[in-house]
Amino acid sequence: MSAIELEAPAPEVARRSPGRRALRRFLRHRMAVAGAVVLLLIVLAAVFAGPISGHDPNATDLFATRAAPSGGHWLGTDATGRDVLARLLYAGRVSLGVGIAAALLAVVVGTIVGSLSGLLGGWVDQTAMRLADVFMSFPSLVVMVVIAGVIGPSVTAMVIAIGLFQWPQCGRLVRGVTLAVREQEYVQAARAAGAGPLWLMRRHIVPAALPPVSVVATLAVAQAIGLEATMSFLGLGVQPPAASWGNMLTDAQSLTVISNMPWLWLPPGLAVAVTVLAVNFIGDGLRDAVDPRRT
Amino acid sequence: MGAYIIRRLLINILVFFLITVVIFWLVHKAPGDPIAMMVPPDQLNAGSAAFIAAKRHELGLDQPLVVQYWHWLTDALHGDFGYSLVNGRSVTSLLGERFGPTIELMGTGLLLSLVIAFPLGIVAALRRNSRVDYAATVVSLGSVSIPAFFLALIAIYLFTVKFPILPSSGISDPSAPSLVDSLRHLVLPALILGFANSGPYMRYVRSSMITELGADYVRTAEAKGATRRRVVVRHTLRNSLIPVLTYVAANLPQQLAGAVVIEQVFAWPGMGQLAVSSVGRHDYSVIIGFALIIAVLVLISSLLADVLYTLVDPRVRLG
Repeated sequence: MSAIELEAPAPEVARRSPGRRALRRFLRHRMAVAGAVVLLLIVLAAVFAGPISGHDPNATDLFATRAAPSGGHWLGTDATGRDVLARLLYAGRVSLGVGIAAALLAVVVGTIVGSLSGLLGGWVDQTAMRLADVFMSFPSLVVMVVIAGVIGPSVTAMVIAIGLFQWPQCGRLVRGVTLAVREQEYVQAARAAGAGPLWLMRRHIVPAALPPVSVVATLAVAQAIGLEATMSFLGLGVQPPAASWGNMLTDAQSLTVISNMPWLWLPPGLAVAVTVLAVNFIGDGLRDAVDPRRT
Repeated sequence: MGAYIIRRLLINILVFFLITVVIFWLVHKAPGDPIAMMVPPDQLNAGSAAFIAAKRHELGLDQPLVVQYWHWLTDALHGDFGYSLVNGRSVTSLLGERFGPTIELMGTGLLLSLVIAFPLGIVAALRRNSRVDYAATVVSLGSVSIPAFFLALIAIYLFTVKFPILPSSGISDPSAPSLVDSLRHLVLPALILGFANSGPYMRYVRSSMITELGADYVRTAEAKGATRRRVVVRHTLRNSLIPVLTYVAANLPQQLAGAVVIEQVFAWPGMGQLAVSSVGRHDYSVIIGFALIIAVLVLISSLLADVLYTLVDPRVRLG
């Protein structure tokens, strides 16, 4: 009992002030704050896709195909008369969902492999790090094309593939943190008191690794959104009629559309670019915030 | 140096074989029985079952998987990737005729990436935290963030539609082939590919220059009266060149990923375009051949990076 009481206030004090300092540093990073605001707006727009657009993203209107933007359709309509704005907003859900899910998978796998690697050392560490090298040396997009070729396009497969190719960054990072933390007296003390690897992971490694991991995770989200858009653009990701920013651009590959119907290709393209840029700026700001030594 | 290279070579070759196992497993998993496909569906009957069994035996498909893997691998290493399921042509010749254009695009793209990355990275490192540094960061973030296919559409809009000075698709004009024509077709795809890949290189050049600029020998050189320009050109640039090139070598496969997308947008007749269209046609043997080529590319680029790495670090070379 007394041990718990003694322990409880300590992390409170220790955690709060670096956290506040990090927040202050983040807020000083103007582009990162702008990125956070933009991302928040994009998330809200995707969440309230229905009320904002006022259209069903899959409702076709064959009397108004490829119609220019107007009062009824703010961003015009596509080749089958579907409302572009509605599709754009619903597509945002897909893109953000895929991005977050893939990054989450990468972080979970990376944290588990990285901390076990650092704690156990030896052949586990060797194998895991070689494996990380292999995954990092393969161009994920090309491998995803091959996977789509063999098992067919699938969003689930895409999320798993992106996650599997992104875990090494996080894994190496967590391994590094683990190696550093392992030698600290408080961890030695915990080990002497009989703490197992799982307990050490939850109690000491994860909290220590959280700040740098948050940076890697943010950048992973950005990369995953870009990959999803690219795969869908190639026709190997999200399949129509479901909308995705990438597959909305697939139909724009004709000179007629490019020259005369900017509403069909500019909005989805800008949506990907702005979202990924915003997330990357946030990642950049987070990096400065959690690691002040970096320039 | 020898021991290190040999160890890396062995690891890389082991990895390569593991990857061929994965690819073989994909071949095996690929839907559709290649023998059953030889028989028109309306003629499937008891007699054809015997035919299929005989064919299976003839092609060795009734043998254990390990034996099949060995046959497949030796064939592949001899350059025999089988035949396209769609048009019956040999996968080797299909991929072979696409190889040149892809290398041309990747090579030019890589060159342009470096042409963008080096000056920007060096200037950003020299004027750290200045406006130039800030602008370079934004450019590099932009190159990583803006999808290449969107940039390509913008470029087509600008240079083919608005100001019709460059072609938007293909590798050359069949009616009037010439060097100038080929170069004009190359400009847009190579530029987009080059810009899209330049971001990470720029960051790498910058950080590696910053590390070198902080080194003791820089202070010594400056104390002896060397100008900033001389220090950068003669010392830091040279020292940071090899780590950057190591990074470039290790990233060669990423160039291929970029090329896949660019080829698709610009109808560039390369391997990436063939792979994407083969996915649409369910042409598994072509996809598998493509996968093997990626594996070889990864093997070569990681060996190249290892060799360059021994040049950077004398501890590896001498130890």
